[in-house]
Amino acid sequence: SGFGSTVALAEDVVTLPFANGERPLVKYPQKRPMIGLTSRPPQLETPFAVFNDGPITPNNAFFVRYHLAGLPYDLDPDKFTLDVKGKVDKPLKLSLKDIRKMKATEIVAVNQCSGNSRGFFEPRVAGGQLGNGAMGNARWRGVPLKTVLEMAGVQAGARQVTFGGMDGPVIDKTPDFVKALDLDHAMNGEVMLAYGMNGDDLPFLNGFPLRLIVPGYYGTYWVKHLNEITVIDGVFDGFWMKSAYRIPDTPNNSVAPGTTPKATIPINRFTVRSFITNVADGAKLKTGNITLRGIAFDGGAGIKEVAVSTDGGKTWTNAKLGKDLGKYSFREWKLPVKLAAGACDLKVRATSNSGETQPDTPRWNPAGYLRNVVETVRVTVA
Amino acid sequence: SLCWLASGPASVTAAPVNYQTPREAAAFKPGPNLEVVQGNCTACHSADYINTQPPMKNKKEFWQAEVTKMVKVYGAPIDDSDVGKIVDYLAATY
Ligand code: HEC
Repeated sequence: SGFGSTVALAEDVVTLPFANGERPLVKYPQKRPMIGLTSRPPQLETPFAVFNDGPITPNNAFFVRYHLAGLPYDLDPDKFTLDVKGKVDKPLKLSLKDIRKMKATEIVAVNQCSGNSRGFFEPRVAGGQLGNGAMGNARWRGVPLKTVLEMAGVQAGARQVTFGGMDGPVIDKTPDFVKALDLDHAMNGEVMLAYGMNGDDLPFLNGFPLRLIVPGYYGTYWVKHLNEITVIDGVFDGFWMKSAYRIPDTPNNSVAPGTTPKATIPINRFTVRSFITNVADGAKLKTGNITLRGIAFDGGAGIKEVAVSTDGGKTWTNAKLGKDLGKYSFREWKLPVKLAAGACDLKVRATSNSGETQPDTPRWNPAGYLRNVVETVRVTVA
Repeated sequence: SLCWLASGPASVTAAPVNYQTPREAAAFKPGPNLEVVQGNCTACHSADYINTQPPMKNKKEFWQAEVTKMVKVYGAPIDDSDVGKIVDYLAATY
């Protein structure tokens, strides 16, 4: 019937609030309906309402980002091996069983795509045109990378460690996706090889059976389907480190909108961000009392305070912070407010324990990374 | 099938994963030289990489830069004689 098809259409499309923001809602195995960015390779964004359900993002709603379309669709977990090689005394070949037998650790940590919120950049820039849903927070379970590197015995003179996954390019000339961390970062005890996510195996599209967890760092380092770890004595110069995922080497890592930075460095820690999750932009609210709720996170200092404004940024009130799940986790916040009739701009601004806070006007860089402007939710109160 | 899911977090099962994605739906918009674009721009990724790019002020410059990047950086095997046609289609259509 006409009614039926209208409903189906409404459920099948979402419109992100920027030009050319229409996206299909798509259903993949192990995932609930997600905002489809590209289908080959799969790139899926989390519908923003999910972030109001709690500080942990469910596995079936967690965003998906791939670069190269050669996915290991047929991988056999029993035959899977992780190679640890390069400048080590004893190269290792570890099966999934070997890794699961080692002493496990857990950490709650946000993973966020470097290009999260790129669609809001002005002027617009090329790349994945994401809303705010390319982020998520999970309890990861696995083994510290440090343990595995110590088993292999890192040799003197080693400087970096590179990470490769089973996904790859579809033609030889496309550079394979390989990332690198400095040795002291790789050995800090927090970087982890994870097989578990929120009490389950990793979903296939989130890197089954093993992925790198780099707490506080952008998702580009969180290599999925991880099967190759190489210790090197130089600075890795592969395309995805040397040319891609670079940010301006300037204060705040930004440049004047539309300009090119003189020098760049590899992207690294998250900027501090916060969101209102229980009121959507454009909502119509009743006058009187309402409790605003949301989340905040940063690159690992932890959240010190979250302030909320209901008058477009003229006055601010500190919100009450929720349970502390660790310095790399989403931190929930809430604040009861009283709304008077009229149009009103709700704003939220987080400050980290290191004193970093969110800017009132957006910073800009040519790749569309690091967005963390104070978010505004425009509502009408009557 | 996804049978490894049912057996819980600590399991390692015998079956390969065989994960299956839904059918690819995105298609290029109609426009001049559509067939050249279809022939050159879908080997490595789906058409939605192109469809979802922002409407830029200087379309020709933007799409010229994208096509150049595909060839120089990602190794797209595109004949020099096709590049102009592809850029014209993209600038006229997106
Ligand atoms: C040899 C492989 C290959 C071919 C052929 C190819 N691309 Fe790409 N394309 C890529 C890769 C790799 C990416 C980056 C994927 C990522 O990081 O998600 C990409 C990304 C893009 C993007 C996203 C924006 C960006 O700059 O990352 C656009 C737009 C695009 N390609 C357009 C095209 C067009 C137009 C053609 C045909 C003229 C084409 N591609 C042919 C490999 C290719």
